[in-house]
Amino acid sequence: MADTDNNDAFVAFERVQKSYDGETLVVKDLNLSMPKGEFLTMLGPSGSGKTTCLMMLAGFETATHGEIRLNGRPINNIPPHKRGIGMVFQNYALFPHMTVAENLSFPLEVRKIGKSDREEKIRRALDMVQMGDFSGRRPAQLSGGQAQRIALARALVFEPELVLMDEPLGALDKQLREHMQFEITNLAHELGITVVYVTHDQTEALTMSDRVAVFDDGRIQQLAAPDTLYESPDNSFVAQFIGENNTLAGTVKEIEGDRCIVELDDGELIDAQPVNVEKPGDRTLISIRPERVETNVERLGENAHTLKAQVAEFIYMGDVFRTRLKVAGKEDFIIKTRNSADQRRLQPGENIEIGWLPQDCRALDAV
Amino acid sequence: MSKLKSSGQQTADAPTPEDAFHEAAALEDHPSAPRGSKADGPVLSADGTPLKRSLNRALRMQKLRALMLIAPLLIFVLVTFIAPIADMLFRSVENQIVSNTLPRTTQALAGWEAEGADSAPPEAAYEALYVDLFLAAEAKEHTRLGTRLNYEETGLSSLFRSSGRDMDDIGEDRIDALEDANEAWEEEGFWYTLMTGGEGAAGNTALLDEQRDRLEALTGDSYAADIGFVPGQAISELLPRTARAYAAFALYTVVEDEDIVAEEEPWERVKIALTQDLRDPATVQALADYDGPGAEELRAAADLSGGFEEIDFKQTFLEIDEDWGNVDNWQTIKMYSPPFTSGYFLNAVDMEKTPDGPALRDEDERIYGLLFNRTLFMSLVITGCCIMLGYPVAWLLANLPMRTANILMILVLLPFWTSLLVRTSAWKVMLQQQGVINDTLVWLGLVDDASRLIMINNQFGTIVAMTHILLPFMILPMYSVMQTIPPSYVRAARSLGATNWTSFWRVYFPQSVPGIGAGSILVFILSIGYYITPEIVGGTTGTFISNRIAYHISSSLNWGLAAALGSILLAVVLILYWAYDKIVGIDNVKLG
Repeated sequence: MADTDNNDAFVAFERVQKSYDGETLVVKDLNLSMPKGEFLTMLGPSGSGKTTCLMMLAGFETATHGEIRLNGRPINNIPPHKRGIGMVFQNYALFPHMTVAENLSFPLEVRKIGKSDREEKIRRALDMVQMGDFSGRRPAQLSGGQAQRIALARALVFEPELVLMDEPLGALDKQLREHMQFEITNLAHELGITVVYVTHDQTEALTMSDRVAVFDDGRIQQLAAPDTLYESPDNSFVAQFIGENNTLAGTVKEIEGDRCIVELDDGELIDAQPVNVEKPGDRTLISIRPERVETNVERLGENAHTLKAQVAEFIYMGDVFRTRLKVAGKEDFIIKTRNSADQRRLQPGENIEIGWLPQDCRALDAV
Repeated sequence: MSKLKSSGQQTADAPTPEDAFHEAAALEDHPSAPRGSKADGPVLSADGTPLKRSLNRALRMQKLRALMLIAPLLIFVLVTFIAPIADMLFRSVENQIVSNTLPRTTQALAGWEAEGADSAPPEAAYEALYVDLFLAAEAKEHTRLGTRLNYEETGLSSLFRSSGRDMDDIGEDRIDALEDANEAWEEEGFWYTLMTGGEGAAGNTALLDEQRDRLEALTGDSYAADIGFVPGQAISELLPRTARAYAAFALYTVVEDEDIVAEEEPWERVKIALTQDLRDPATVQALADYDGPGAEELRAAADLSGGFEEIDFKQTFLEIDEDWGNVDNWQTIKMYSPPFTSGYFLNAVDMEKTPDGPALRDEDERIYGLLFNRTLFMSLVITGCCIMLGYPVAWLLANLPMRTANILMILVLLPFWTSLLVRTSAWKVMLQQQGVINDTLVWLGLVDDASRLIMINNQFGTIVAMTHILLPFMILPMYSVMQTIPPSYVRAARSLGATNWTSFWRVYFPQSVPGIGAGSILVFILSIGYYITPEIVGGTTGTFISNRIAYHISSSLNWGLAAALGSILLAVVLILYWAYDKIVGIDNVKLG
């Protein structure tokens, strides 16, 4: 998982461990390196260690073991204010007793930048987030989205090369959040800054990032580009955590290169692509994405694997139909079909045949 | 009108404005104006009453209910808080005792101006003083007046007390002569019949009421009871002074002594009044035609009285006490005769009333200015000490993990569970010259045994003890404000490049200022009026103005001065509060 060219990386974690109480590790053996200009998201459920990693990078937590390097320089012992890392906090942390302009001026003042320079930088930063008219306001007079932009402007105003964002969009409503996702990514790419972004929202992670690190249990489970992550999850956790996923439990019968035969618990045999199963007899979870399941099996061609299914529930969601099926003894097999003109609406209780291509069916570890 | 819709917005059992509105509509039969007939008129409700009025009506019940809910507290606050303050403000200017006790004297002095050291007041003033003082001495009110006037002019207290005793003796020889001539003048019954004017005579209730008011003002008691005596109309016209004196005697006898008028021999003053009346030629003339009871005796007494010498009241008073010739005393009486006075306030700011207007006291007599300054200065020092000591503790409380913070909080609150007196006394043990701290210092060799530090019974002791006692009042508001400051602010500041100190000073501290403000106001206002601790550990140099107030309330009994000092203290606090509001803004004070 860890990149080999750690020395050229802009940000690098090397065998980093963190424990708060000396008994349990919150972060277990973290290795990560990212090049300059990358937008990397740390994604994971709460308690997975992603925020701790961010805080160690920012300098608010010290690593119990291992080394963190920024631009080739170890920063373990550098206090936060000397790291020159911009940070956007979950609740923005705009100083309530200062105006917007004073908030932006703060990082410049502590860097002893002259007054005229300061004003110029503040103006540019505010224009960048389209908040030029708000410089005299107090944070309490701003809406959530406005405060978010100011927090972003403040993290960028002193031109850091690395910006950390700790669930910055958590407090916004859905529409605003989607809009801000777009703006943040654009801005990051325009300015060419490196961003480490923490979120527990997988859609956010997928849409914004160059690469996503999926955290669980203090480890990175998979570090990959969003499409790889979604289409080729390395293990069951990633498959379950990213997007919607159907699983069928079974036992490996045969393995032959990139093909294996799995016997499902109800005796049915299916083809699958082995990912992290090693030998016949291993328990496995078969993972199939709901949108890769076809109800019109003729379309799939000869290679396709087909199964019998019974419709349990049909849910109309506008752009897609979501149908819950009873398949191989499981009742929560979900399929998604596009609401196209020729798509039939299935009736509960109907017996149908479903199918998928073997390459969409991945045999993963059984958790 | 959709009743459903509007009542749906309220809880089911709460009275909705709508309900009240319908009740009101049912009660009053308004001619219903067509809705919207006047586009620019007031908004009307469904039945044509102005919307404002029906809204008020609808809300009245709720307001009334809310008022009833807080009524017990409101009354409690009014009775126990507002009323004492009002009483204190009133007492600080009230001065009715002089005009109540010496009404005639103050009248007689109205036209008198002291021109020099020997310009004693006129004879009339002395005579009036005799009339007033005799009654006051009988009612034993003259000592109170003496005490009151003694605050302004030393010596007046004993002057009044000793003179009161001698009032009975004035004109003794005349009374003896009168009684020798006819024993009837010693008989209670005879006097009673004489003064009522006999069977069926018209009564003079006006005179009785006048004396009743006079005595009520003098003693503060109620004289409303029926006393079984009304002076006769004819006799009170014939002998006005005697009638007045006898009426006062009768009232006093019944109400205060609880005796029967007809069974008590009148005061000497009544007999003196009689001889004075009978010396008036007009009275003698009128007496010839008088045929009421005792007319014969009166005529005999009139013949006798004609031979008496005029009483020289001035001389008499000077014989009782030569201080009655002192113009200063008279001036004091005159100066304090109005019912309200600025004297207490002038006193409280080290000034005094003089015939030429207010003037500063002599340097060695000024104490209150010094005390006020010291109180303000020491309160400021104590507040400052509390901030310095309390801020780090509050910060720790707000930033430590819950368990540790709770233990620390108990330590902070611990002093609250100990008696104030115990804590103050403990400081006495700690700080005295043979106390724990001095012993330790001597043992360590830091201080020579002969020159032990004096840390108690001075300002230092007061400041130490009071800082300790008031510290929780500073810590608690600071703590509750600091608790609301999220740690992310300081983190944000540090991530933006600020050092620990800068992020504290520019980000954390400004947000904790409301807590400091609240704590400072609490501590300052508490300490400005603190009494027990300065009393115990303050000695002479560490006492506050409140100790002086307490002295005037419990020892010197000069409540007026105590009230004036208290009022000034109140005013100072209000001014400081106002100034704080102007400078810092009272919205910036948060208790949590």
